[in-house]
Amino acid sequence: METIDFIGRKLELDADGHLKNFNDWDKEVAQEFAKLEGINELTERHWIVIEYMRKEFKENGDAPSIRKLTKESGVDTKELYALFPKGPAKKAAKIAGLPKPKGCI
Amino acid sequence: MSEKIEKVSIIISRGSLDGIYPGLIMANGARMEGIEATLFFTFFGLHGIINKKMDKIKIATVGNPAMCVPSAMGPGLPTWMGAIPGMSWFATSMMKKEMEKLDIPPVREFIEMISDAGCEIYACKATVDMFHLTKDDFCPQVNGIISVGEFYEKSAGAQIIFT
Repeated sequence: METIDFIGRKLELDADGHLKNFNDWDKEVAQEFAKLEGINELTERHWIVIEYMRKEFKENGDAPSIRKLTKESGVDTKELYALFPKGPAKKAAKIAGLPKPKGCI
Repeated sequence: MSEKIEKVSIIISRGSLDGIYPGLIMANGARMEGIEATLFFTFFGLHGIINKKMDKIKIATVGNPAMCVPSAMGPGLPTWMGAIPGMSWFATSMMKKEMEKLDIPPVREFIEMISDAGCEIYACKATVDMFHLTKDDFCPQVNGIISVGEFYEKSAGAQIIFT
């Protein structure tokens, strides 16, 4: 386990480098994680995905599948890959303060 | 730590449901992880991208000793029963229900999703010639019909996975 200093706060991370506690998350934390992942600015479209993922996680205990995400959030597959290049599922989950998604799809 | 996989080339050579899905799941999973992926369909695997066939992919109930009823851990299905008309249809519809629960899409939707995710999809020229097919027989996501030589060129630097 690792603890990092973010914007003057100490945050606990899990073995994958994702936020350990769901409730430690806020928009500032998301911005910082996004920068670490090479996304300099989170647009309105990023937020749609992030907020949808957090809602799903709260309800089901896991991040949604990409299929579910694209069907229900209104962000389609192409756009999702453009918003979160090189691994949308993992990146979006990290920025949203969730653990690495467990599903295969 | 070992080097990360950057690129995969996945060959799908069989046309049954259990012949096609593993390759699709692996290709999609690769893109989800940010790994470059190419899909190459050959022999009966081509059924996964032929417009008229891709919505009718079935499980083989004949010659499949692992076929069990009513679920995967049930007793084995006697070989002769697998040949009863409708058996393959029945086993396929059972499995599709389970797959839908896991959010695994039907073949056509899966191919669209994988293509949108940036995976290139190719058909094998030798099989296309052998089956007397043309580009028009395939779904629009197919990027081209290529020879085995071109396949290897496109696979430069990739791990090649044969299914």
